[in-house]
Order: sequence, then structure tokens, then C-alpha cells
Amino acid sequence: MFEAILLTVITASTPLVIAALGELVTERAGVLNLGVEGMMIMGAVCAFATAQLTGSPYLGLLGGVFGGAAFSLLFGFLTLTLVANQVATGLALTILGLGLSGQIGESFVGKPGIKLQPIAIPLLSDIPFVGRVLFAQDLTFYLSMALVFGIGWFLFKSRAGLKLRAIGDSHASAHALGINVIRTRYLAVMFGGACAGLAGAQLSLVYTPQWVENMSAGRGWIALALVVFASWRPWRVLAGGYLFGAVTIGQLHAQAFGIGVPSQLLSALPYAATIVVLIIISHNRRTTLINTPASLGKPFVPDR
Amino acid sequence: MTLSAGPATVPLLSVEGLTKLFGSFAACNAIDLDIAPGEIHALLGENGAGKSTLVKMLFGVLQPSAGRILWEGQPVTIASPGEARRLGIGMVFQHFSLFEALTVGENIALSLDPKISLARISDEAASLSKAYGLPLDPNAHVADLSVGERQRIEIVRALLQNPKLIILDEPTSVLTPQEADRLFETLFKLKAEGRSVLYISHRLEEVRRICDRATVLRHGKVTGACDPKQETPASLARMMVGSDVAEVHRDGSVAPGDIRLEVSNLSVPARTPFAISLRNIAIKVRAGEVLAIAGVAGNGQSELFDALSGEYPVADDEAVRIRGKAVGKTGINGRRLLGAGFVPEERHGHAAVSAMPLSDNLLLARSRSDKKAFLSGGFASIVRHDAIRSAARRICEAMDVRKSGEDPIAGSLSGGNLQKFIVGRELDRQPSVLIVNQPTWGVDAGAASRIRQALIDLAKAGSAVVVISQDLDEIFEVATNIAVISEGRLSEPHPAGSLTLERIGLMMGGIHDSHSIPEAAHAH
Repeated sequence: MFEAILLTVITASTPLVIAALGELVTERAGVLNLGVEGMMIMGAVCAFATAQLTGSPYLGLLGGVFGGAAFSLLFGFLTLTLVANQVATGLALTILGLGLSGQIGESFVGKPGIKLQPIAIPLLSDIPFVGRVLFAQDLTFYLSMALVFGIGWFLFKSRAGLKLRAIGDSHASAHALGINVIRTRYLAVMFGGACAGLAGAQLSLVYTPQWVENMSAGRGWIALALVVFASWRPWRVLAGGYLFGAVTIGQLHAQAFGIGVPSQLLSALPYAATIVVLIIISHNRRTTLINTPASLGKPFVPDR
Repeated sequence: MTLSAGPATVPLLSVEGLTKLFGSFAACNAIDLDIAPGEIHALLGENGAGKSTLVKMLFGVLQPSAGRILWEGQPVTIASPGEARRLGIGMVFQHFSLFEALTVGENIALSLDPKISLARISDEAASLSKAYGLPLDPNAHVADLSVGERQRIEIVRALLQNPKLIILDEPTSVLTPQEADRLFETLFKLKAEGRSVLYISHRLEEVRRICDRATVLRHGKVTGACDPKQETPASLARMMVGSDVAEVHRDGSVAPGDIRLEVSNLSVPARTPFAISLRNIAIKVRAGEVLAIAGVAGNGQSELFDALSGEYPVADDEAVRIRGKAVGKTGINGRRLLGAGFVPEERHGHAAVSAMPLSDNLLLARSRSDKKAFLSGGFASIVRHDAIRSAARRICEAMDVRKSGEDPIAGSLSGGNLQKFIVGRELDRQPSVLIVNQPTWGVDAGAASRIRQALIDLAKAGSAVVVISQDLDEIFEVATNIAVISEGRLSEPHPAGSLTLERIGLMMGGIHDSHSIPEAAHAH
């Protein structure tokens, strides 16, 4: 029983972690993309469609990644090249994504999906309990863990990550140093889109292997809240993602046991938790300021 | 090839007819300039003369519209700062291009070859900074450092690239006199190593002291090239401004009247991690006095201004008294109603809304204190546009604000003209207490002397004036009394005549340096 709950928590948390990690990189570069929900649902429908057409769930995953990245490119073009307002563009991206995915997925409604099968890692998966929980998962779980390590290393150990953080802190100074701000931001936005797409693909290939309109169901917004919750730190995204995932699953089980808590209240928990965390961390302003990308959401126009 | 002027060797850098157009406006107009190897070359000019634009072109941040740049005799195109660095040009910016959220080492690493490890860069930076007398801790976060320390990072960062030419943009504007001396020693060391320095400044004394040659810019054109040691400050100023700058006059002292502003036991904890907490501040300013508060930026000046103006009221109501009334907990409008006026440091976004016309900016500041004049209809508060416009016109005439059009937006005025308007906006009310923070920061010499004269005249007319400033020349021009703020503590005020630049410099250096000062001060 406990193991089963744990497995569902992992499945519910993985897309949150992946999407939030992508948005974390985007925001560390100083770009606020509120279109995570839209990119996620585009990833979900592209993944489902690719899997249906090719018969391979792995090509489906790839389709989701490309779908999300391509969709984020639209955001990048509008906000980085045309310098449109990032908040408004992000919101528009979400609305567009929800509509467009419904259109694309119309013919797939009700079709049985192709599930991404777990890959048991030899030896490790034989460890009692831990092995079955951690080493007999599908590819998206392993990818989410690799992303936490990879992004943590990239941001804080590599020179490219240092440049990316520098751009997020002060794009004007970064430009003056000769760092290509726009190109880096394009890459960061597309990485965020690819991650959101991968998270969407997990929804339509692992979580509930079928296509349902609006199946992202607000997870993109939770991912956005998660980035702030984690104060732009990859490890805290992992912890927060699992906390929020556990809340979601806990809410389902609470209903099953007939515990009299309105489901709406439980759905609001991640956001309430984010607000509480914001209040707590705002007491330590110094660490917040050092982690928060100072040029987040500000448009950049090089003066030449 | 023919060389224009004296030096027998090929100049390290030559600029021929360099022009930069922004639309139809020529920020730089056919500029010629030669920098010889191993010389400290001054680039003089007022704000808006085109110094920064020229330097940005030399460093590849901006592209010239016409003209060419020769590096060691060869024509070059400097497409980016990276290109400039590869040629051997290093730059120390006026507004530091540092990243507050990163460490000193990370900041330096960003401008170096990515193949060198961060640890090695940190080691090299630490040893280099020691060698040049600019000690730095590579693991400190920039956000926690003082302005002087931040400048060291910029200099060390430029030096690590082993440049042949180092460009310094207004480097001493944020330093104490002692820190500036240390910087000059570093520059002489660089010169002795055969490196060239392009030194941008509008401080004539230091240019005469350290520079071998000077090129003077005005309105984007070269108006003079000279040996600054052969010139007088007055002759240099003439080249910079184009006419003689009006000297500020303070004839005859006024007998101080009643106490207008009294601050006692004012302690304010830091509001943000980067703020300074104020400790036990005491101020007494009488009618007819100008109290100048000197200090290096970031020692609590803005925090003190916030507490005095009521932008952030303080916990103890008795700590601040305006005309005898306790106002510590009163907000800015309440203090204005008592006859006080305030001019904050930042022109754009604080003292004025850049996107709004001057008349709206006037109303925003004085809607409460001049309710009767500017608003009608009682409760409805209908804006009387004609009354406000005529008041704005009156202010512009009184302060000689040069603007395009009748009521332009604040952002379209030059820094000096907008500052004249903002100061004039308060003077127009004849405030009985006026508190100004950095009144002439980044303002051209003509506007600065106008503003200083207006402050002196206001005090002479019987008001109490507090001027918070980093500019020691300004302080000596306007002040009757001088106090120094350092790390959130304010020294005893001294009569301006009893102080010298050196002593103020020592006091500015911090509490640990100034232990001997209060003893000396008690003597009188």
C-alpha cells in the first residue's frame, strides 16, 4: 500500500520537477515565461500524436520535447526579438497552447494511448523496496533526476552557467562584457520549452496514457510557483516538486477515505504553500536577493 | 603615414574623424585623438560632451557612424568588447558593470578566457590586487562590498587581461581623497610598466596632477588638446564649458536664527541587506545655516535622507523635529505641510516621473502642501491646470531651465536642467527647511553653480538647509557647517572654515581612522 502510494507520488511529481527545472533555467537567464502551462499541453499533444503515428513512445517523448521547444520559440521571438511584454506574451502563450492543442488532438480523443514502459536497472532494481521505487521507473523519472544534477552543475560550476546567471542578474552589464544576451536567452527559453514539453509528454505517455483536452490541468502554474518556492535553486525544486506531488496524491486519497476536506481547498494547497514559503524566505532578504535574478522579466534592448 | 602631432613613435591608439550619430544628433562629431604608449591621457568634458559615447566606441560597445580607429598604426574595427580586449584595451566603467549576486571571483572570471579555472582566476586576482595595492577577497559577494571595493574589482578585472590601454571612466567620483590617492599610485605603476591610460574626468585638479596630455570635448567636438600641467583650472574649465563658469558667492554670513531642524538619538535599523543602519544621529540646523553632510557613497546617506524626509518614518517620534514639532512618525506630506522641502538623489523615478510633463511632476510633489493653489472644488480636488502650468513656467524662469516646448516630459530634459527644475520646485515654496541629497550629481558645471547659489541664497533668506553630498568642492562652496557620515554614524558638525580637505578625507575614511579627529575637534 505504502509502496503503491509512493509510486503514484513519483509519477505525479516528475512532470512538476521537469517543467519547473526548465522554467528555472529560463528565469535564471532573466526571462519570465508564464506560458509553461501552454508549452506543457503542446508537449503532451505532440508526444501523444507522435507516439500514435510512429507507434514508439520514445519517439513520442522526442516529439513532446520538440513540440514544447518549438512553441517556446514563438515566445522567444515575440519577447526577445520584438521585445514584447513578457508577462502578457506568456499568458497569451498559455491560452494559445490550450486552444491549439485541443485542435491538434481532436482526432486522438478516446484513442488508447501507448504507455512508456518502466526500465528496470539491473542489480539496483533488485534491492528490496528502494530498488522497486527508485530503479524500476520509466525514462522520464531518470531524466528528471539527471536534470537536477545536470542543471545544478551547469549553473554553479560551469562557465556557461555563470554567464547565464550573469545575464539574469544584469543584462546591461553582461552585454557590456561582450556576452551575447539575446542568443543565451533564446537558448534558455528553448530549454525551458523543451523541459515543459517533456513534462507534457510524461502526462500523455506515462501519467494517463491518453489524450484529454486540458489534461495539463494547471500543472504548468504549479511548476511556475515551484520555481519561486525553490528560490531558483535546482535542489529545492526537487524537494518542492515532491512536496507538491505528495499533496496532489494526498488529496486523492483523502477523498477516497472520505475525509471531509473540500477538494478545492486541497488543490489550492501548493499555491498556499508557495505564499507561506515566500513569506518565510522574505525574512532573509540577503539570500533571496542573491538568488533572485535581478533582471527577471525586464526587456533588453542593446543600445547600438 | 603622417602623424598629426609631436610624438615620434607610432601612437598606441589614434582616432580620426570619429563620429557617432543618434538620429540626426551627433553625440561625437569628427573627433581626433592620439594616445602615445606609456602616457596618462585625460579626456575632459562636461556631462553630455560625448566622452562616454567616444569611449564606448573605443571599447566596441557602440559602432561609429563615420571615421576610423587606428591601433598601433593599423586601422581596426572594434565590433565588440571582446574584440577590444583582444586588441589589449581594458575598461573600468563609471557605472560598474558588476553582478551583485555573484562573487568577486565569478565577476572577474566572466571577462576572461573560459578555459582558465575559477580557482586559478581567484588566486591570480588576489595576488595581482595585492601587487597593485588594491586588496580584494575573491569569495566575497559583490552585494556586500563598498563602492571603492567594487571599483577595485573592475580595475583588477581589466588588469588581468594584461592590457596595453586602460580606460577609466570618472574613477574618482565615488572615492575618498585617500582612496583616490591610492588609485593614482596604481596608475603611475601602470604607466611605469609602459601601459597607457585614458583617464576620463571633469575634475580639473586631478587631471592636472596626474595626466600628461589632455583632450577636451564640448558638444561632441574636440575644443582643445593641451598639456594640463601648463594650464590653470580656469583655462581648462573655459575649454570645457566654452565660457567662464559663474563662481558661487557667499558674501557676509548671516547670524544663525532659531533651530529649524533637530535630530536627536536617531537610530534606524537597515531595511534591506544592502542598506546601512543609522546609529545615534544628532543634527541641529538653525535658520540661515547650511549643514553639509560629506561622506563616501553608501555610508548611510540615502537612509538618513529617507529618515529626514519621512519617506520612511522612524519609530521614535521625538527623534526628528521640524520647527520644534516632533515629526518622526509623520510622513513626507505632513513634514511638507510644516514648511519643509525635500530633493531626493535620483532624478528619474524618484524626484520626477520621467514620462510625465513638468507640470504634472510639479503637482505630484506639491498636491498636498499647495492644495489651495493647485486644486479646486474642495473634496473633489479638481486639478487647476493653468495655475500649475504658470507655476511651472515661473520655476523654469527662476532657475533658467532650458527645455524644448512649453511643458515637455521630464525625461526629455538633460540631467542638469531637470535637476534645476526639481530644486526650483522646492525653492518656489520658500521652504523654511530644505533637505537635498546629492544636489548636483552628474550635473554640468553651469547648472551646478546655479543650484549651489540658489541653496546659499535660500539660507541667507532665513531658511535652514541640509545638503548631503559626496562632492567636497561643493561642500566647501555652500556649507556653513560640515559633518561627515561614515558607516551610519554622523560626526560632530564643524564650522566650514575650520576644516581642510585632508581632515574631511580622514573622517570620511571611517570610524577607525577618525579616532584622532574628535580629540582634535574638541580643542576648539
